[in-house]
Amino acid sequence: MASEIGATDAASSEPQARHVIYCGVCSLPPEYCEFGGTAKKCKDWLEKNHPDLHEKLYSEEAVAATLSTLSLEAQKRAAKDSQKKEAKAAAAEAKAAETKAQAQILIKRVERNKRKYVTAVSGLEAHGMDLKKVAKEWGKKFATGSSVTKTASGGEEVVVQGDNSDEIFDWVVDVAGVPEANVDCIEDKKKKGA
Amino acid sequence: MFKKDITPGAKSKVKSSVQRAIRTKITETYPLLAPHIDEIIPKKSQLDSLKLPDRVTLYALDSHPLFYQHMDDPITPHLRTVHQFPAAFPRIRIDRGAIRFVLSGATLMAPGLTSAGGRLPSGTNATTDKDDGEEEGEEEKRYGGRDLEEGEVVVVEAEGKEEACMIGQLRVGTREIKEKKKGVVIDAGHYLGDGLWRIELD
Repeated sequence: MASEIGATDAASSEPQARHVIYCGVCSLPPEYCEFGGTAKKCKDWLEKNHPDLHEKLYSEEAVAATLSTLSLEAQKRAAKDSQKKEAKAAAAEAKAAETKAQAQILIKRVERNKRKYVTAVSGLEAHGMDLKKVAKEWGKKFATGSSVTKTASGGEEVVVQGDNSDEIFDWVVDVAGVPEANVDCIEDKKKKGA
Repeated sequence: MFKKDITPGAKSKVKSSVQRAIRTKITETYPLLAPHIDEIIPKKSQLDSLKLPDRVTLYALDSHPLFYQHMDDPITPHLRTVHQFPAAFPRIRIDRGAIRFVLSGATLMAPGLTSAGGRLPSGTNATTDKDDGEEEGEEEKRYGGRDLEEGEVVVVEAEGKEEACMIGQLRVGTREIKEKKKGVVIDAGHYLGDGLWRIELD
């Protein structure tokens, strides 16, 4: 029987790969969620998206079986550890949310040459945007050159050719969903120098 | 090795001749994977290679990481590849107590493998005391009879779990592990939730 299956396997061109479901919260296979630090959320996610798997992993006997293999002391330590991890993850998340709420996006219109402008946008990365992708998208949208440039202060910003500050403002608010209060438009006139 | 988040370096296309070499190398290193190689890396596909920190090269197909290689070490599958074809690699198993350490990036130590929950290849003629009788037939098949040598790439599974949680190169042979029951077994492996696992390519 086994050899028969093996033979058909080799002969057929059917895909043999197993498809493993990964947790949408912590990206691990669901059976490892308990080690990821977001166990509670993972559990809810699984219940919503893959109820059968949730049933299998979190049924009472499954939990009991996993617990019985460890000594009491080790169990306690593991529980303490996972609690600590969870607290850490929650704290990190809260902090991230806070910085995101505070982070300002600065849209700067810089004069290049009399009536020619470029628009420099900084602070996008704090809102979880990929600068390279955003630059590419704006380049397409406005049909201009658009690139990621390093600034003197060490950060990176997106520079779009032409004065697009109003359109970018709208895009950031509407498409990226950043609150209007967090977006700032300013004009930066280049000083005339030698 | 991949404890921190990784920012991939420049992506470049792999020459088709090099790609062929990689394919043969993979089938040589993992003979059991040979029937599936066309599925993992189709003949006409275009592999990408990415440079990662610490002289690691990552091979990816359509933004899915498949294999990585540290300098001239054996080419090692990404854990997602392992999850697709778990039977194609030599496997060992750790006990439940060790999982949380492995998943936070610790080096794998021998006691996690030699305790009651761990499994190692039985060794050709050697009798092992830890095998529980009823499962022996299936266990034998799963973890193999051949002792693994130092430097071989092994997949690490975990007690009570279906999927693998780590992959890496053995620092010592499995025979020695069984004898000594002490010391480092795998360091610098690739484990679930590490930088390589979470890497995003596009």
